[in-house]
Amino acid sequence: MELKGITREWDSLKKDAAARAASAAPYVKEGKIVDAKDAVALLEAVIKPGDKVNIEGNNQKQADFLAKTLCQVDPGKVHDLHMVQSVLTLPEHLDVFEKGIAKKLDMSFSGPQAGRIAEFLKEGKLELGAIHTYLELYGRYFVDLTPRVALIAATKADRHGNLFTGFSTEDTPAIVEATKFRQGIVIAQVNEIVDELPRVDIPGDWVDYVIQSPKPFYIEPLFTRDPALITDAQVLKGMMAIKGIYGEYGIKSLNHGIGFDTAAIELLLPTYGEELGLKGKICTNFILNPHPSMIPAIESGWVESIHCFGGELGMDEYVAARSDIFFVGPDGSMRSNRAFSQTAGHYAIDMFIGGTLQIDPYGNSSTATANRVAGFGGAPNMGCDPKGRRHSSEAWLKCGEEYGVKEAMWGPVHRGKRLVVQLAETFREKLAPGFVEELDAFALAKNANLPIEPVMIYGDDLTHIITEEGIAYLHKCRNMEERTAAIRGIAGFTEVGMKADPKETLRLRDLGVIKTADDLGIDMSRANRSMLAAKNVHDLVVWSKGLYNPPAKFRNW
Amino acid sequence: MALQVLEFEFKSAATQEIAKEWSHLGVTGSGDLEVLMEKKALNGGVKAKVVTPVKGFDAVWEKMLGKFVTDTGVGNVSIEINDDNATPIVVYMRLRQALAEATAKEAE
Repeated sequence: MELKGITREWDSLKKDAAARAASAAPYVKEGKIVDAKDAVALLEAVIKPGDKVNIEGNNQKQADFLAKTLCQVDPGKVHDLHMVQSVLTLPEHLDVFEKGIAKKLDMSFSGPQAGRIAEFLKEGKLELGAIHTYLELYGRYFVDLTPRVALIAATKADRHGNLFTGFSTEDTPAIVEATKFRQGIVIAQVNEIVDELPRVDIPGDWVDYVIQSPKPFYIEPLFTRDPALITDAQVLKGMMAIKGIYGEYGIKSLNHGIGFDTAAIELLLPTYGEELGLKGKICTNFILNPHPSMIPAIESGWVESIHCFGGELGMDEYVAARSDIFFVGPDGSMRSNRAFSQTAGHYAIDMFIGGTLQIDPYGNSSTATANRVAGFGGAPNMGCDPKGRRHSSEAWLKCGEEYGVKEAMWGPVHRGKRLVVQLAETFREKLAPGFVEELDAFALAKNANLPIEPVMIYGDDLTHIITEEGIAYLHKCRNMEERTAAIRGIAGFTEVGMKADPKETLRLRDLGVIKTADDLGIDMSRANRSMLAAKNVHDLVVWSKGLYNPPAKFRNW
Repeated sequence: MALQVLEFEFKSAATQEIAKEWSHLGVTGSGDLEVLMEKKALNGGVKAKVVTPVKGFDAVWEKMLGKFVTDTGVGNVSIEINDDNATPIVVYMRLRQALAEATAKEAE
């Protein structure tokens, strides 16, 4: 048999990019700079129907001007786009589907737009590829979802297209690298064009066009929690977490999810944690956005290092002044990087702890509701047992040692286990139950025609649940029956908890699979807000010695 | 919104009684409640009266209060609760806090 290579062009992507650049040439003013008024014409020149297009939408920083611009292109010229982007936050991210400019979507997270995605799916206005975790989506940027055109956001640019993304670098490096090195086109909106940048975060030859946005990019203070709104119930769960998990396992490296539950824990470290003598033994290394509620723990010497996915409004100066703790550049400002932080969150930490809306009797946990395609961002990257992990630590080995099926699953090999912890209230506001027999994710999968239920954390990865009723040490269970009994035992008066067999719950307490606040030796009458190291945002400013500058909506003094 | 009044009675091991004649804890604010405890000879038992705007949770109130009585062994006490949409955990915590308050010795 004769083997023959095919005959084809091997640089068609490059030639296509050059042709697109030629048609955009009339709009380029100087170097790589395009005027904001020519932005629509630029996009019509460089984007072709059917292209994969990324609009940089992070957890926080948004390429909002370019998102608006994309909505203004002529759908006759630009249509059937395949949007690949991590976060859908702005109305414009969905407007492009309404206008017939875009058709398909691959994403990770959509906060405020979750309801519209579900609606558009039903009406056939949008075709959904998949809901990814962040790392999974970045991975696919380098496999089969490489953007042809990326619309990104930076703080500053110079005339050569070098970009300063600084504190809010977030997803930018991952997007630009995937796009540019596969001959794609990168367009950056910037707040300011300057002669000299504080530092270069993205080299100019990876960027094709720079547009000074009429307004600075939109950024959301997503990780700021006002301590004044933390409840006594959250204080109780925080005390249980610190004593029953952090202290019990000696958790040194970890991620805290977003929410009041973990904010309470952060504010209990300098008080309750100190009282238990845990300083230096737990919570030394975090993968975390710069949460303002971390300030008291940092200032009282608990924390050795924090690497950040993104920035947080008002924390720039504080972080810059604490370069022993945060990752700060030679220019003196922090650089966040979601791809690296997520990698660290997947492989390099001992525990993920966060809140959820619903847990089922199998331990699956989900934030999906029947009519909202919300996605889960990075939680599943960190909220799982990374099977590729090969380094050990005390906490990881202890959790593995306690694993109820380790002989059956692992044989004689010594292995450890990531702690994956969910904080849940048996009933939330308006008495919505935190434990349900069937997750809303099932109804959503049906309504939105998804092939798999969007479960945030799979039951077999979940090791602990904390409710006000107690902690369930699920990994200790030997089978699903025991696991379900443990979940029912801490599910309070929900439909799941009502089915608990009190005798079985007692047996599991004897085995240490369930521990109540009483079992842990926690005096419930002490669980109140006076335990918090800061009672309000003003206290955080005082702890920071005036370096934290909270956004206006958090200033009430 | 019409308030409803629920009344319950529980038997108790009565392993502890409150020290004060009566005590009060909490505020009837949104998502919270106030608890009044009064020492009363009830043959060791516990009486509870709940005033709440929430409908359809009678069984949960009964279970929650029953759990409180079983967990603490408190007896000979009459409890009055004025609730404004508190979740079960808040109710349980306030009961425990109210009991701690009611059993505390007067300042010397």
